[in-house]
Amino acid sequence: MDTAQIMGLVTGILFGFLLQKGRVLRFEKQVGAMLLKDMTILKFMLSAIMVGMVGVTLLADAGVIALSHKPMNVGAILVGGALFGAGWAVMGFCPGTSVGALGEGRWHAAFGITGMLAGAALYAELYPLMKATVLSWTDFGKIGLPETLGVSPWAVIIVFIAVALGLFRWFESRGL
Amino acid sequence: MQANRNDGGWSPYLAGALVGVLAILSAYATTVWLGKTTYLGASTTFVRGAGIIEKQVVPERVEANEYFTKEKVRVDWQFMLVLGIFAGAFIASSTDKSFKLESVPPVWRERFGPSVGKRAAAAFLGGIVAMFGARMADGCPSGHGLSGMMQLSVSAFAALAMFFGVGIVVAAMVYGRRK
Repeated sequence: MDTAQIMGLVTGILFGFLLQKGRVLRFEKQVGAMLLKDMTILKFMLSAIMVGMVGVTLLADAGVIALSHKPMNVGAILVGGALFGAGWAVMGFCPGTSVGALGEGRWHAAFGITGMLAGAALYAELYPLMKATVLSWTDFGKIGLPETLGVSPWAVIIVFIAVALGLFRWFESRGL
Repeated sequence: MQANRNDGGWSPYLAGALVGVLAILSAYATTVWLGKTTYLGASTTFVRGAGIIEKQVVPERVEANEYFTKEKVRVDWQFMLVLGIFAGAFIASSTDKSFKLESVPPVWRERFGPSVGKRAAAAFLGGIVAMFGARMADGCPSGHGLSGMMQLSVSAFAALAMFFGVGIVVAAMVYGRRK
């Protein structure tokens, strides 16, 4: 294994460990969030994002790390995002959690994993068609929210954290 | 912030915050040791996995494919990350006795019965649609949901809204109250 592979593996083991301890790998947690009955995965994701965005912004501001935005390609995000949402609801796992679910013995996740491999192969086959259609509509490129709004990243972060904390309070008061 | 109900897990706030710390450390470590800031993600690995499998059968087709060429079919940092998720979940669940062999998720069983075939067919089809969408959107709840949001990417906010927005509608249709 080269350095990149070892680093990926170590990071993945820690990531999988935390996903499992947070109990977010379960089918019922993912579907529970979409049914608005169990907000465990929202609590987990928003907590990770709140902490991560502060560190990433500090390091990027200091010039230590580089940001790597994914393009805001309107067709790709809207159509792709909608397809993902629909498939996710039926499968009950997202790509990362499916593999983790398998690791905690929920072997039925293998069905979704097989489907996702097939879906990736299908996308590779249809990529030229997608490029000529959905992907060619409008592309705003790799943009960040602060520049787009013309504000400091810290303004976005403060608002985000305030909204997330408000949601947490509400989740807890409703027993979600 | 109470413990996560009574299933022996950690508070999702704590586990999530630690993932935030992990993401920061990982972005820093990959910049220093690999020369390129790399963020957590999972779905591109399914492209590489599909390419590796297809290569066993029709190698020339994989080589000629534009998308496989663009994403590079190889076992890279993210591929090992995804294998690591499997290992980490196994370690965590087997050390706190939450590891459980399960053939059909309980929530699914309540709604659609104990048939493994039915669950397999639905999950397989759902998987195809989800991954097709994730590749089109260029990310999943890890790449967009965690990494993109941490970087305040416009695409991440839009993608996450679509993931959950459509997920909520479809989940209500599939698992809705009717008995």
